[in-house]
Amino acid sequence: MSAIQIIPLNWYVTLSAILFGMGVLGVLFRRNAIIILMCIELMLNAVNLLLVAFSAQHSDPNAQVFVFFIMAVAAAEVAVGLAILMMIYRNSKTTDIDFLNRLKW
Amino acid sequence: MIQLAWLIPLLPLIGFLIIGFGGKKLSKNLVGLVGCGSVLAAFAISLGIFFQLHGTSQVVRLTDWINTGKLQVDFSFTIDPLSVLFMLIITGIGFLIHVYSTGYMHEDEKYDRFFAYLNLFVFFMLLLVMGSNYIVMFVGWEGVGLCSYLLIGFWFKNTEYNNAAKKAFIVNRIGDLGFLLGMILIYTTCHSLSFDKVFSHVHSKAGDLGVLNLIGILLFIGACGKSAQIPLYTWLPDAMAGPTPVSALIHAATMVTAGVYMIARSSVIFVNAPAASELVAVIGLLTLLFAATIGLFQNDIKKVLAYSTVSQLGYMFLGLGVGAFTGGVFHVMTHAFFKACLFLCAGSVIHAMSGEQDIRRMGGLKKYLPITHLTFLIATLAISGIPPFAGFFSKDEILAHVYEHNKIYWLLGVVGSMLTAFYMFRLYFLTFHGKFRGTHEQQHHLHESPKSMTIPLVVLAVLSVVGGLVGIPNGNYHLLHAFLRPSFSVAELAANWNDDATSFGSEEARLMIIAVLAACAAIYFAYMLYRKNNVLPTENEKDMSKYQRVVYHKYYVDEIYNAIIRKPLDWISGMLYKFFELRVVDGFVNGIGSAVKWTGGVIRYAQSGNIGFYMFAMTIAIIIMLLVKLF
Repeated sequence: MSAIQIIPLNWYVTLSAILFGMGVLGVLFRRNAIIILMCIELMLNAVNLLLVAFSAQHSDPNAQVFVFFIMAVAAAEVAVGLAILMMIYRNSKTTDIDFLNRLKW
Repeated sequence: MIQLAWLIPLLPLIGFLIIGFGGKKLSKNLVGLVGCGSVLAAFAISLGIFFQLHGTSQVVRLTDWINTGKLQVDFSFTIDPLSVLFMLIITGIGFLIHVYSTGYMHEDEKYDRFFAYLNLFVFFMLLLVMGSNYIVMFVGWEGVGLCSYLLIGFWFKNTEYNNAAKKAFIVNRIGDLGFLLGMILIYTTCHSLSFDKVFSHVHSKAGDLGVLNLIGILLFIGACGKSAQIPLYTWLPDAMAGPTPVSALIHAATMVTAGVYMIARSSVIFVNAPAASELVAVIGLLTLLFAATIGLFQNDIKKVLAYSTVSQLGYMFLGLGVGAFTGGVFHVMTHAFFKACLFLCAGSVIHAMSGEQDIRRMGGLKKYLPITHLTFLIATLAISGIPPFAGFFSKDEILAHVYEHNKIYWLLGVVGSMLTAFYMFRLYFLTFHGKFRGTHEQQHHLHESPKSMTIPLVVLAVLSVVGGLVGIPNGNYHLLHAFLRPSFSVAELAANWNDDATSFGSEEARLMIIAVLAACAAIYFAYMLYRKNNVLPTENEKDMSKYQRVVYHKYYVDEIYNAIIRKPLDWISGMLYKFFELRVVDGFVNGIGSAVKWTGGVIRYAQSGNIGFYMFAMTIAIIIMLLVKLF
């Protein structure tokens, strides 16, 4: 029985929930676009953790395949997101989303 | 030989493809050769089949065609006496008319197109009579309608001709709808559309009168359109706008008899549907009288022949309606001979008269056109029912059956035959006798037509003389009856006919003598009026009596149709355009546009540009979705 299986499942669930909640709150309340991006990553990783934990608990490797997919997609998403943020910063010298409100009606 | 039946329609189709695609690149001689040759070859094969048939009925199956679930339709041909007879008429007379056209159309710049259309017509017409189910028949039925349209409007630079073509097409469409509905009803009652299955089904379950009558009436509506019966006959006289060979082939000898063929083919249905049969007889009778009276006062040589065609078709339907299927088909055959001959003679006359069609400007053509005159006279005698010409036998056979069915119908039929004799001889005397009434220029041009035109005339005239001999009204000598018997045997069985119609009694002889005397009296009357007294139809409408004027204007039927059908339709569509189209439809479409514009204008303020708000909205939305999913 590996170490990961010794820890009860509840703990993983709780930890994931906390991480996910932090991510949501960060996305909702922080104003720096980079931090928002990081919070999104946090949410994704909370889900990853949950998937891996259940996978280990049930000895079912399927969930790990999902995790790899999520990581790959997240990497791509971050690459694009950061590139966009770079361009925004170069043009407007800010990453504060409250100032980036010109794209409207 | 019978297995080669598929070649018969294929040859004219190949002819059509060669001429149609070869077009102007082919020389006129080659076009004529291909056009006539393909039909002649088809005729040769038909003749071979005729000699090998021996009264059998066979189905030559080419391929599956429609094969979906319950509906199974084969592309196959029925080769039985009825279809073989029609094949012989179509290819034989078709060939003669093709030959005639090589002379008649020689100066026309669209010579190649004319032959392409004619070959296409022969192909579709053969498909119509050879098909072994209603679907193949319907394809041919529509195809000949198309060719008819193309050929009526052949000289399409003339708006009037185009209108005539459109009129023919549209009026036919009304009939076709009836045919189509009839087919659907046949399918829903018999679960098949192939002739064998439908007829055996109808025969074995003869009893459901309502449905069978309805089927019969619907099929007859189809026949009314194609075969120009009341109330759908108005297109045929206008169809004379087409070149004269077309009038002869399509609008006299073959296509207009498609309705007769269809009803003869469906004889089993009609025998079991007395009400529909009665309707066929009554409409036929009305049409024959109505058209004959119109024919009395027409002055266009082709119009007279057109109304006489309508009238003769009425005879055929009268025969079919009273159960004389052999008689009806017999009359199709003899009518094909003498009416094709008459039309071709008319073509020859028009050719000689440099395009003039008004008989008031003709006269005295006897000495200029001796062959045309003689053949025209023979065909006129044949149509008037003078023995021993062809028309006498077929008309007599129909009238004999009609007499058994209803004596009043018979009397009216004899009156119709008197009218026929009268107006045909009026036409004959005004055209060929008396003094020439045209211009000097026309008189100078008068000439007998070339050999390519006169030879078909002579052949048809000979057929008009001897063609009736296949139907001598005596059981043992009635070759046609014996030949066609296999095709009508089931119907005969169902109708429980005793064979006395073919045995020649003194009663029939009396009827025959009365009919012939009546026709002779009419001819004498025409002779007195138009030959002896040289009465000339007036050009001035004011000189006409009231009745004459009404008839001269064809009873104003076109105007009545205009008033009760076209005008209200125009009015309704005008109203619909003004109110429904402009207000409702346009209002609806524009309303959707402005509604979208308005809502967009309102809710675009939700797009505030505030990213924090977007994210908040997204989160809330996801939570709501989860909650909805959970509960």
